[in-house]
Amino acid sequence: MSGASSSQAAIAIRDLSFSYDTQLVLADVNLEVNSLDSICVVGPNGGGKSTLIKLIVGLLLPDTGTVRIFGEKPEAARLRIGYVPQYARYDPQFPISVFEVVSMGCLGGSFTGRYSKEDKDRAMESLRITGIADLAARPFSSISGGQRQRVLIARALASRGDILILDEPTANIDHESELQFFDLLTELNKSMTILMVTHEVGFASTFFKRIACVNKQVVIHPTSELTGDLIREMYGGDLQMIRHDHCCSSEGHQHD
Amino acid sequence: MTEFFAALSDPNLPFFRYALLTGVFASLPFGIIGTFVVVRRISYIAGAIAHCVLGGIGLGLYLEKAVGVTWFGPMQGAVVVALLAAVVLALVSRYASQREDSVIGALWAVGMAVGLLFIARTPGYVDPMSYLFGNILLVSREDFLFVLALDVVVLVLVGLFYNKFLAVCFDEEFARLRGVHTGWIYLLLLCLAALTIVLLVRVVGIVMVIALLTLPASVAGNFSRNILQMMFLSVLFCAGFVVFGLGVSYSLDLPSGPVIIVIAAAVYLLLLSFSRLKQLAGRQ
Repeated sequence: MSGASSSQAAIAIRDLSFSYDTQLVLADVNLEVNSLDSICVVGPNGGGKSTLIKLIVGLLLPDTGTVRIFGEKPEAARLRIGYVPQYARYDPQFPISVFEVVSMGCLGGSFTGRYSKEDKDRAMESLRITGIADLAARPFSSISGGQRQRVLIARALASRGDILILDEPTANIDHESELQFFDLLTELNKSMTILMVTHEVGFASTFFKRIACVNKQVVIHPTSELTGDLIREMYGGDLQMIRHDHCCSSEGHQHD
Repeated sequence: MTEFFAALSDPNLPFFRYALLTGVFASLPFGIIGTFVVVRRISYIAGAIAHCVLGGIGLGLYLEKAVGVTWFGPMQGAVVVALLAAVVLALVSRYASQREDSVIGALWAVGMAVGLLFIARTPGYVDPMSYLFGNILLVSREDFLFVLALDVVVLVLVGLFYNKFLAVCFDEEFARLRGVHTGWIYLLLLCLAALTIVLLVRVVGIVMVIALLTLPASVAGNFSRNILQMMFLSVLFCAGFVVFGLGVSYSLDLPSGPVIIVIAAAVYLLLLSFSRLKQLAGRQ
């Protein structure tokens, strides 16, 4: 992380709106995420969470307003983002090894896309950080859901980005893997800005500094404000079990 | 089988050696491109390109025989139209995501229709059967040179851009976020597939292109842990099917294309049932 970038917001969204055809999905969105922040994006299905992520990484373009990553357009700053998609969308029959999947994080370095020795070392290092170095040679299809999630995180780490964006990474993984997963995120958050989409608010509140509620509009709350009322408001009364967190760090109480 | 080997060394039957050599060398692009087609699940796109090829063949025949253009025959027509179809299909997949299958279906049929119309207006008798069902025994020296050129092109391009092809097949969205120009890589893949399909039309005919493109790769997929292995095995299986199919077709005096396809399909089915049985046995 260079000194120049830390003075700017990692992600800055101003007055953004977006619609698919005529249906307005996001309106008047303003969001600022600082370097080393950790923010959790929650909201009902169809509320625009995934759309917001796609706008941030530049897979979609906003109708109005701007998205800036360290002051640059998303297309230009793409390589600074490590992206972790949902693992469920992969073809289970695709013959590919764990190491090959992780190496993909190093693409974009050269015209042909061939990997250098350094790229391979970086991929191996990412596997070690996520604790799955011993799986490197295994087929991606033969490992468990929790392990696949780690592979996808390792791939994002191999990208050497400054921002880690994860789309519903805890869906379909068991409780124990989830605990380990948040330990890993805590470690990564020391050097990376983290933005994660989830639909289960429970665990999220213990790790994240701030929560962004997305339902056409985006409202930011420090984690400590996450109360039953707020969640009822977000989800329209349809509640899950929520774990409250009352020992927030000081950054957790900032308000935009 | 002994007659088969006798025929191979018979100096009066040079077409037989050409057929065999073409089959073996053509297995290289068939296996490599077939693997991409199978893992990316675009065999219906390969089918559409194959059927469009008839439009090109018709155009070539018409220009050659009715208009008298000497440098543009069915082979040139096939290559041009196959590449054109690849470009159109790449654009369709980028801009018409919801209606992609309808557009592909339309292109599939229109290609054939245009070809048949051109053939109807071409003077003299043209038998569309040999294009629909192919005949590897009719390959010429020119075809063989086309095969060698395609071998080089496929090996060089896939060798150079292997990681990008792999990434676009496995996870196009992620590849795009890593700065890969996925649209161009996908177009390149479809163009290589188009050239390979022109060759396949020569060997097994338009109707059976998909089978020889996907069956060897599907068989190979059963034994492979990664794409590189799958390509390698797929090339070997493809060559095996072609050589064995040619031998059987010669011995039994049957058309070569269908024999090759039936052998490939039989091996695939056997393998499927075998692995299914093994699964069931493993459960008990």
